[in-house]
Amino acid sequence: MSHNPRLQRLKGLVRKETLQIIRDPSSIALAFVLPIILLFLFGYGVSLDARNIPLGIVVEQPDAATQSLSGSFEQSYYFSPHYFQTIQQAETALKFHQIQGIIWLKQNFARQLFSHTQAVIGVRVNGVDSNQANLTLGYIQGTWQDWLYRYARVQGVKLNIPIEAEPRVWFNPAVSSRMFLIPGVVAIIMTIIGSLLTAMVVAREWDRGTMEALLVTPLSNIEFIAGKIIPYFVLGMGSLAATVILAIWLFDVPFIGSVGILLVTGALFMLVSLAVGLLISVLSKNQFVAGQVAIVISFLPAFILSGFVFDIHSMPAAIQVITHIVPARYFVAILQSLFLAGNIWPIILTNTAELLILLLIFSRLVAKKTRKRLE
Amino acid sequence: MSVAEVSVENLCKTFHVGKQTIQALNNVSFSLKPGQVTGLIGPDGAGKTTLMRLLCGLLTIDSGRITVSGLDGATQAADIQASVSYMPQRFGLYEDLTVQENLDLYADLKGLAPGQRQTRYEELMKLTGLAPFTGRLAGKLSGGMKQKLGLACALVVTPKVLILDEPTVGVDPISRRELWHIVYQQVEQAGMTVLLSTAYLDEAERCAEVILLHEGKMLQQATPAIFSERVQGRSWLVSSPHLSNRQLQLKLSQLPGIIDALIVQGGVRVVTETADISFIQPSFDAATSLQTKAITPSFEDSFIDRLKQHNTDTGKTAITAHIAAEHPSDEVVIKVDQLKRTFGDFIAVNKVSFNVNKGEIFGLLGANGAGKSTTFRMLCGLLPISSGHCSVAGVDLRHAANQARQNIGYMAQKFSLYGQLTVMQNLRFYASCYGLFKKQQQARIQWAIDTFELEPYRNTNTADMPLGYKQRMSFAVALMHQPDILFLDEPTSGIDPLARREFWARTNALAESGVTVLVTTHFMEEANYCDHMVIMANGTVLAKGTPEQMKQLAQQENQPEPSMEDAFIYLIEQQMNKQSARQKQVSTP
Repeated sequence: MSHNPRLQRLKGLVRKETLQIIRDPSSIALAFVLPIILLFLFGYGVSLDARNIPLGIVVEQPDAATQSLSGSFEQSYYFSPHYFQTIQQAETALKFHQIQGIIWLKQNFARQLFSHTQAVIGVRVNGVDSNQANLTLGYIQGTWQDWLYRYARVQGVKLNIPIEAEPRVWFNPAVSSRMFLIPGVVAIIMTIIGSLLTAMVVAREWDRGTMEALLVTPLSNIEFIAGKIIPYFVLGMGSLAATVILAIWLFDVPFIGSVGILLVTGALFMLVSLAVGLLISVLSKNQFVAGQVAIVISFLPAFILSGFVFDIHSMPAAIQVITHIVPARYFVAILQSLFLAGNIWPIILTNTAELLILLLIFSRLVAKKTRKRLE
Repeated sequence: MSVAEVSVENLCKTFHVGKQTIQALNNVSFSLKPGQVTGLIGPDGAGKTTLMRLLCGLLTIDSGRITVSGLDGATQAADIQASVSYMPQRFGLYEDLTVQENLDLYADLKGLAPGQRQTRYEELMKLTGLAPFTGRLAGKLSGGMKQKLGLACALVVTPKVLILDEPTVGVDPISRRELWHIVYQQVEQAGMTVLLSTAYLDEAERCAEVILLHEGKMLQQATPAIFSERVQGRSWLVSSPHLSNRQLQLKLSQLPGIIDALIVQGGVRVVTETADISFIQPSFDAATSLQTKAITPSFEDSFIDRLKQHNTDTGKTAITAHIAAEHPSDEVVIKVDQLKRTFGDFIAVNKVSFNVNKGEIFGLLGANGAGKSTTFRMLCGLLPISSGHCSVAGVDLRHAANQARQNIGYMAQKFSLYGQLTVMQNLRFYASCYGLFKKQQQARIQWAIDTFELEPYRNTNTADMPLGYKQRMSFAVALMHQPDILFLDEPTSGIDPLARREFWARTNALAESGVTVLVTTHFMEEANYCDHMVIMANGTVLAKGTPEQMKQLAQQENQPEPSMEDAFIYLIEQQMNKQSARQKQVSTP
């Protein structure tokens, strides 16, 4: 068997890197334990949906109408009502965070209900968490209108509601934030392995002085980069597979698109993340700094600016511009399409093209900055 | 004349650190003769590591020319990197890989054909004595074994040029000898050209040729014999039956006309400016009955002689005594009894016992990893004791640590200075830590500046100071509160012979003034400065006593005048023999 020195060097480096991954508990933890923790956290812990909101109901003059309305709130699974005699008591409870909002049914509620002259119910909502407040308000409004409509029919009164909204939710019929979040978790985990872990391991070579010895060997730049990328690419793809399987199996997230596209776009995203990680470590040459920089410029943006948790379209224009250089943004879009909507080609193609452009830019930078020099 | 394997012409290199420009190499030219070991020596910051990195193509050349094996250093750096073997100061071993896996990696990287591996591995393992440890993680090897593995990795493919940056630093004497043996064996067998930098001057004498660098300039390239010639007839051994070596050295070092005074076995080794030593007699009483004897100059004598010409600042200022001078008394100040410390199942310090008397210099000698620093940290109350007892100045540091620390000065192995603060800011900070304020603080700071000659660096950030000055600074800080007991952990590690001399001059003066000094070192010859000492290896005490007693232990027919290093090696070998004998007993019931 003829031996090819190039291949032999690459093989040696890959084997060394693989052994180091296996022996270093922290990289295993990052690649396999962290995904599970994140999945559980977003699957069970974090929920952007409102359920069983504690709601105070003040009924000043109980009658059939108030009974019927409070019954409506009791039946809704969005609310768990608490009853108060006076508005003052309810407001105290609101201040102490015992309830999220108040429905105040005033004295002449039943009489003035259809008079259109005066508001008959008062609504107070704790606005500290604006997101939660909006949700609560929306649900209260929905429940109120729904009740009003039904009650009017029963009473035989013509009701003038100008537009009747009939909401229909597409792609996520259950409006479950879990369905929406878990595909995003996949992108986060791959960013951690691609950028954070890779940035740390290359910087470690500088820190421990192994780089200096490695440089004075026939090893070329490309071989060095390839030797670092291959093991972490495999690790990242393994983690991708594990997370997707867990997501579908454990959290019943649907997967409508094709597995082939997931693998191809996943591989592309992994390469972009690795390029970012290598760039960070080449520039910082110190494990601690590399770790910090990787968290700030790859992990946090992937979390906040990728559209994973916060919708990009509702961000300020300047921030929206910044999101364009966050690779996770494109992959999150692809993932959400593949999981929840299927192979939506316009989304997949444009985002894949954007990822390719980023890959080109970052890999050029890595190649330019990786030098077999100490300076 | 044979063609040079490595040649350097008018090489210059500058670095920019912030606003400062450092001229690391200034017009250096030399060539290395093929097939021999050339030593690269010089004080810290002389430019040794920079020169080696330039030769390996790791740094860009500012001006000048480098040729290695016919390849040009500026344009063919990658080819040079592919052909030379280089072992950096902190050798790049992967500590989480085994010995075998490290070897495999370098065999792959350097393109050793799979068919040739078995024989080369066997050869290298036999040479380094690592054969029984191939499955062990490199991180679990001792310091000496790590260096040998590093060398084996550098030699996995026989290179034409081998560049070694301080391969023996911090390594125990036995491993040092073995490393040299490996290098020489390879030079003879394969005709390798070797460039080796070292801080041990006795090693320079083993080189075929020596290049002396100082402040980026090359002072001389010659054989060690030629180096020594310049001090011919100027080296002496001075002794007196009535004065201690320390007192003698203190006095001699302050006389004009004396270049170097060093405590060695049997007296003080002196280098004079001229070939005459009679001028010292008038400075001593007739009663001291001073004896002088001419001795063969060593490489170190000539090294110091050369460098002192370039250094006006010789550090002759002695520390002002602040305690009434007392001779070493029998009062026990530090008591250590059956001290033990374990980390998991690893026994770092195993049943160590010794006593230190007031006003003496007590040495803990041993290679890196012998357990010296761990012992130290327990004595200072920085590390909990697993079992056993120790007390310092009658106080058990585990219980009354803060109270006892007022009397203790501690100089850690790593400089515990704030690099981003200036000398004055550091001094002020530490002075207030020790509860010195206002007039008292000012006085102590002024004392530190004067005694340690820190005036020129007053407003320099300590990170930017030369290593020798950092060491002085740490020493000054440890003495800020006038402690009675001083703990010095590896104070001379990594600093050059000039700074080491300066350090010992100060320590001697302190001991003379009644301060008890406990010091660790891996330089065996420094044992001569100690009144009493213990030699440690693998966490246990091999021997304790005076330096003379240690040497007597190793006295044999073929070794009538053993050095401290010989004594150390003898003790280690004794221990190993005992162990193997015990193992034999176990295996043959």
